[in-house]
Amino acid sequence: MVGTTSVEQTFRDEWGRVLAALIGFLGDFQLAEEAAQEAFAIAAERWPREGTPESPRAWLVTTARNRAIDRIRRDRTLAAKVRLLEVPETVEEEVDETMIPDERLELMFTCCHPALALDAQVALTLRTLGGLSTEEIARAFLVPTDTMAKRLVRAKGKIRAAGIPFRVPPDHLLPDRLAAVLAVVYLIFNEGYGGRGELAAEAIRLGRALAELMPDEPEVHGLLALMLVNDARRDARFAEGTVVLLSDQDRSLWDFDQIAEGRAALDRALALGGRYPSRYPYLVQAALAVLHVEEPQDWLQIAALYGELARLTESPVVRLNEAVAIAEAGDVERGLALADSLGPDLDRYHYLHATRGELLRRLGRAADARAAYERALELVHSEAERSLLQQRLGMLEG
Amino acid sequence: MKYLMLIHQGTAPTPRTPEEWARLSEDEQKAVYADYQAINQTPGVTPGLQLDSPETATTVRVEDAKTLTTDGPFVAVKEALGGYFLLEADDLDAAIELAARVPAARMGGAVEVRPIVEW
Repeated sequence: MVGTTSVEQTFRDEWGRVLAALIGFLGDFQLAEEAAQEAFAIAAERWPREGTPESPRAWLVTTARNRAIDRIRRDRTLAAKVRLLEVPETVEEEVDETMIPDERLELMFTCCHPALALDAQVALTLRTLGGLSTEEIARAFLVPTDTMAKRLVRAKGKIRAAGIPFRVPPDHLLPDRLAAVLAVVYLIFNEGYGGRGELAAEAIRLGRALAELMPDEPEVHGLLALMLVNDARRDARFAEGTVVLLSDQDRSLWDFDQIAEGRAALDRALALGGRYPSRYPYLVQAALAVLHVEEPQDWLQIAALYGELARLTESPVVRLNEAVAIAEAGDVERGLALADSLGPDLDRYHYLHATRGELLRRLGRAADARAAYERALELVHSEAERSLLQQRLGMLEG
Repeated sequence: MKYLMLIHQGTAPTPRTPEEWARLSEDEQKAVYADYQAINQTPGVTPGLQLDSPETATTVRVEDAKTLTTDGPFVAVKEALGGYFLLEADDLDAAIELAARVPAARMGGAVEVRPIVEW
């Protein structure tokens, strides 16, 4: 007898692979998804009663395939729509698990194709590879379910109508397309990092799958390392609704196993791409994330890596981090000067003003510090951040 | 898959805008001709007919059974269609790669890739 939890767990683990195999076979997202849903529904009803089959994945793929073939036979217009030229016979026997190709990578590149809008790429990736329901995705991105459903339908329609290929791109397209896939995964992670933990966990699952499927890409391991190490500090990042700065975090809340796993992924990334780190922004960020959790922190090296990353990304936000690291390394004046120079780019970014407030406070310029904190408070949106700023402002009075 | 490739000139100079066209060096002008020629000779491409400039367009509407004509293209002149060709290709990636070789795409215009419905 098998418990429901185990069935649910199998569903979660298998959905992406089963759906990828079906899309590869049928060439149609909608039909594949409906067939997969049917097969999973039958399994949910049958497995708890009759036990989980020896090879759940093969059972699910075979059942869904047969359902889809039945439908195509009944519906000729559907047959014209899918790529099958001749409708095969349904298979009675379960196919061998090893005969089902792993096409998750093809699916990932299709979902993250640049001809789809970014929000559609994200939604499609979560739906197809992550197996999240439309309602769950809608809730995570704070849009009505209806809107999310339309977004997904439209994206699937475009893939078919516009001829977006279901494949891993050829070498000359791969660097750009891989960057797009990684950007989607990181975006999902960051949505989760702000508090919605299930999205962060989902992004890490996707990152692990990518690392397994593309073991020789430094950026894949770099991104995985970055997510693992940052996520390992999640429980320590918020306390009573307030953001807790890294230096004030309770280290006993960190997940050290996960940090170790992140470190191993970083080592792998460095072994593959360490000779040319400037080509690999995720690798550099992962190295930074690891340096941040080390004790004592090597601020000089952190500042140098932020400098590298700022050159790479031309991002004023990264420059701001470099300014903080320079100040932490002991040169508060130079850190402040660098932060001040970012004013034109980041005037509406509350972290700039919060950082200036902190550095001015350290230099004993209380009045300037107060003005900077007040400016930051005007711009901040999150309650947790606001309460941190108010705390800091309060420290000035004292 | 069949695609209609719609070329929007945007601010890209063409021989139809002699002043801007003259600002290109001779080599740049030659490259534009050579690139369009190469595209027309690419397998799967059916070249389009040449369109006159958007300024020469007339836009026609019918309201209350009355035909209304206005001078100029349906969209703004800068956004108007400059040319087109037909492409038969395996998938969208192939169409995007060819679109990126259209000179207008790199000179201030753009190419819109529209799949053609096949029954």
